[in-house]
Parts: sequence; C-alpha cells; structure tokens
Amino acid sequence: MQRRVIFDNKLLPYLLLAPQVAVTLIFFIWPASQAVWQSVHIQDAFGLRSEFVWFENFTAILTDPNYVSTLRITAVFSLSVAVLSMAVALLLAALADAKIKGAAVYKTLLIWPYALAPAVAAVLWMFIFNPEIGSLGRLLNAMGYNWDYRLNGDQALTMVILAASWKQVSYNFIFFLAGLQAIPRSVLEAANIDGAGPVRRFWTITFPLLSPTTFFLLVVDMVYAFCETFGTIHALTHGGPGKATETLIFRVYQDGVVNNDLGASSAQSVLLMVILIVLTTIQFRFVERKVHYS
Amino acid sequence: MATVEIKNVRKSYGPVEAIKGIDIAIQDGEFLVLLGPSGCGKSTLLRMVAGLESITGGQVVIGGRVVNDLEPKDRDIAMVFQNYALYPHMSVFDNMAYGLKIRGVDKAEIESRVAKAAEILELGRFLTRRPSQLSGGQRQRVAMGRAIVREPAAFLFDEPLSNLDAKLRTQMRIEIKRLQDRLGITSLYVTHDQVEAMTLADRVLVMNHGVAEQIGTPLEVYQRPASLFVAGFIGSPPMNVLDAVIDPSGQGVMMPGGALLPLARPRPSDANRPVKLGIRPEHLAINEDGLDTSPVLVELVEALGADTVVYGRLPDGEPLLIRMSGLPSCKEGDRLAVAPQPGALHLFDTATGRRLED
Repeated sequence: MQRRVIFDNKLLPYLLLAPQVAVTLIFFIWPASQAVWQSVHIQDAFGLRSEFVWFENFTAILTDPNYVSTLRITAVFSLSVAVLSMAVALLLAALADAKIKGAAVYKTLLIWPYALAPAVAAVLWMFIFNPEIGSLGRLLNAMGYNWDYRLNGDQALTMVILAASWKQVSYNFIFFLAGLQAIPRSVLEAANIDGAGPVRRFWTITFPLLSPTTFFLLVVDMVYAFCETFGTIHALTHGGPGKATETLIFRVYQDGVVNNDLGASSAQSVLLMVILIVLTTIQFRFVERKVHYS
Repeated sequence: MATVEIKNVRKSYGPVEAIKGIDIAIQDGEFLVLLGPSGCGKSTLLRMVAGLESITGGQVVIGGRVVNDLEPKDRDIAMVFQNYALYPHMSVFDNMAYGLKIRGVDKAEIESRVAKAAEILELGRFLTRRPSQLSGGQRQRVAMGRAIVREPAAFLFDEPLSNLDAKLRTQMRIEIKRLQDRLGITSLYVTHDQVEAMTLADRVLVMNHGVAEQIGTPLEVYQRPASLFVAGFIGSPPMNVLDAVIDPSGQGVMMPGGALLPLARPRPSDANRPVKLGIRPEHLAINEDGLDTSPVLVELVEALGADTVVYGRLPDGEPLLIRMSGLPSCKEGDRLAVAPQPGALHLFDTATGRRLED
C-alpha cells in the first residue's frame, strides 16, 4: 500500500516543487530552446547579425564527411567506456561483496576517483601515459613499443577511453555493490545446494538479478560518455591528434566556442540531444524487456 | 535415502562456542525435528549439515560418507529455506529444473520429474508463472518441489513454515508430513514451534544454548522431559515449576504451603532433599474433596472455548497455571482446592535442572 501525503495547504505542494522547476527551466529548458533557436540561424563571427536559414545548418553538418567520422568515434568511445567501466566495476563489486579484510577502506578508496575533477584526473593520466614524462609511456617506449598518443590517433582514443572509464568505475561500483547486497543470500545458498559452482551462480543467478542495476547504469553511462567526458578529452588530447578523439560533444564546443560558428554548433547539440533521446528510448524498449524487476 | 550422523559436532565463532558438541544418528527415512528457542544454535547445526557453515569440530556423515570438507552441492542434500529462496527471475518450472539441469540430467527426465513433483504438490497450473505471482503457500510448495525433484539423500528444512499465516501453516504442516511419509526421505527439520515438532517428528532434538537437552519421540519429550528447560519449552501453557522438598519418609513431596503430594514411587534415599517440582497445567484438577491441598486464589480466567486456563496463586505467592477442559467453573477471586493427577509429578534437581528419574 502506498501512503499518500495529504497537504492541507493548496499552495504548499507547488511551493515545494518550485525550486526544482526553476532549476529545470533555467538550466535545461531555456538553454535547450536557445540551442534550437540558434540552430536555425546563422550568425556572423561577432554576434552582431543573425539570419534565419531554416535547416541549412543541419544539412551542412549531415553532409560533412567529418561529422560521420565524429559519429563513428563517438560510438566506439561511448560503447567502450560504458562496457569497460561497467565490467571493471562489476568485477570489483563482486570482490568487495565477498568477505574480505579491510572492506570499508577498499570501498572508500574505490569511490575516490568519482570525487576528482575531470581535468585533474586527466593530468594524472598524462603523468602515466606521456611518452616523455609519463611512467608507463616511458616504459612502453623503452620496451621498444612506439607509444605516443600525441601522434597516434588509435593510442589517443585508447587513452581517453581508459581515463573516462576509470572515472565512471566508482559510480558504477557503488550501484553494483548495492545491487549485489540486495540479493538475498539464501537464494545463492539455494543455488549452491542445487549444485551450481561460483561461476555458474554468478551468471545464472547474480547477473540476472542485477539486471535492473545493469540497465540503469547502461543508460547513465551512455549519457556520461556522450556528454560528461568533455573535460577529460579536452585536458588530455584536445580532440586530437587530427580529429582522432573528437566526439560529438567535443565538436559542439570546437565549432561553437573555438570556431565561433554558433549556428552549426547549436545544430549539432540539437542532433546530439535527438541521438541521446533515440538511444535511451531504444534501451528502454528493447533492453528493459529482458530486465527482471523483483 | 541415507542415514545422517552428527558426531560430536561443534561450532565456534571466535571465543564463543555456539554448538557445544551434538551427537545424533538419524535413521534412514527418519524425520528428526531440531526444536529450540531462537539463538539456541539449531539453524547453525542444520547449516553445518548443509555445508553452508564450516564445522569447527566433529564430523557430519551423510550416507556413510564424511562430508565435512565437501561443498554443499556435493553433499546430495536439498534444503527448504524460511524465506523460500526461490529464483525470482525463473518460472516455477525452471526453479524446480535448475538443480537437475546443472547436474546434466537429460531433458525428458527433467520434464517427467518436474511434472511428477508438480502433481504431488498440485503446482501443475503454475509451472509457467514467476514466484512473484504466487501466494506464500504456493511459493513454499515450489521450494519443496525444488527439493523433491532432486531425489536427494536428505531433506533439510529451515523453519519452512514461519513465514506463513497460522491457517496455512497448519495446512502445509500436514502436507509436509504426508509428503515425507510418502517419499520416506531422511529429513532434518528446524523449528521453534513445538506444535510442528510434536506433529511432524519421529524424534525431537530439543536444543538450548548449543546443547542437546533431550532427544526422544514427541511423547517422551512431553511425558518425561529430561530437564527443566525441556519441561518449560514443551507444552502450552508451560509446566508449573515449584520449589518443594521430599518429605522425611520419602513417600511424598512437601509443598511450601505444607501440603503433601504423594509420589507414585517412594524415594526414601532422597528424604528431605529440596527439589524443583513440575506439574503440567493440564494435569491439575479441582479436588472435590477439598482435602489435603493448598487453596489456590483465582486471579484470571481465560476461556478458550474447548478449554479454560486459570491463572492462580498459591498461599505462599507462587503462581500456578491450571488448564481445565470445557467452560470455566470458577471466577476471579474464588479459592479452589486443586490436586495433581496421580503420577503426574516431575521432579528436577535444583542445581542442575536435570530430571530425577523415578
């Protein structure tokens, strides 16, 4: 039974909702509508004049071969980040869920990366991967492997995937751990008595029972990879070398802020929004069906 | 089908000893109930047999095989949990088939075994449902079905009826009894409910603080409780326990008020020995003669319909419960002369609480 709270005052519920509505209006609806407005206009470089151009900005982007390659990079990047960060987080959570000494310390340490600013995290990764001053970068080169993410696009992409995933592992870890702890121990014991070894128990019992968490994290991680990794990429590679690590969100910034083409930039952010809405809808329609909610 | 032997089994959590050496051999096909209050170690003992808890000392032998170091899955046992522990993401069929699939039983065999179990448990209509779509009683039946299809050497039940309401509990109790009679599989059943123990068990092991207080048939446990603990735990309302002294001739027991109750068998060697005297409420009757007995002040009368429980007080202030069949024949404030039925006295040592055999 759901308990309903009854307010005597008719105004109070609206008053309580007001802050959230204000935040949504000011930080989401307003800029989003501005983006839509700007996406159908072309502005001069100084922002003095603007002209209504229908969908010219969109056709320009969609016929740009660079945009297709940006899409491809974004797909590779986002999928890798989501899968990698979830896989590592699940592994760590499964280990943390077992009885281990110092579990509290271990859990706290795992949550730290989440509290780190993307730029700081990026500097940290630079100190690891930089071919001249980075510990791992120097080691790789010393071993004869030609490592330089400033020249090699694939290496650069690998590095930003690693850095972006690392930051998201903490978040996924907390949710996976909570999910694991919500699985009744007796169900796993029953499976043990039924003859399932640890690996089998994990895949036939634990993993299916975690599916609501996994699904939720998949959606959140995809949005993270699409939108919130700007700082990491910006600080590490600036989208380079060439355009090897330029994702959609980075290009929005590049075209709008750096190249001063606000129309094209807005059109891209509108497209990005559409892509995310479509992706999330697909996830809800097709993946969620396989999710077991108890 | 197998015997289960528990040989001097101990369990310690650090310095705390939870199970202090339990010994029992369960016969093939026997239904043994582990009975005790919560925290007495009965579930721990069961989980040690299942392999879900490590064994600190002693041996567990199932079907002639020492299983101390075997994983639960290799012990050839099936367990029914208090909270059912069904796999929530699987259908009823898959819940029952899971253990068989893992053991590589072929498909046709799985289907026939599940169908048979479903028929016994009247689950045929629910095979495609998820556990969440079933009632508590149905879920418990699925949990039993999961145990049955495996055809294990022994069934372990961990308070399987505790989550059910009173009516369903009675019904499921009868079903479990029937099922076990029919299948004849050695069973260990943990409960804190004495009615379940009395009705289901071939033998009862009464546990307290990790020690076996008594092992015996339900009637033995009721009629000849081995200790004060068992006497107080079995029977409802609980047995009256009074301080008394064997009279100098050893022919009877002297109550604090001075009344003398004759013993079935005299114990001259125990003359003048202080004892704990146990009398079950149902073995007290109103003494029509009114002679030779302490008058009891009636403080409260509970009419339960089929019988009546009288809360009385002896002249020296000791409380006394009396259970009479039928409707109340007294009221609050009355003074009753009551006397125990002949041979219904239980004597216990004041120090150890053990029964003084007659």
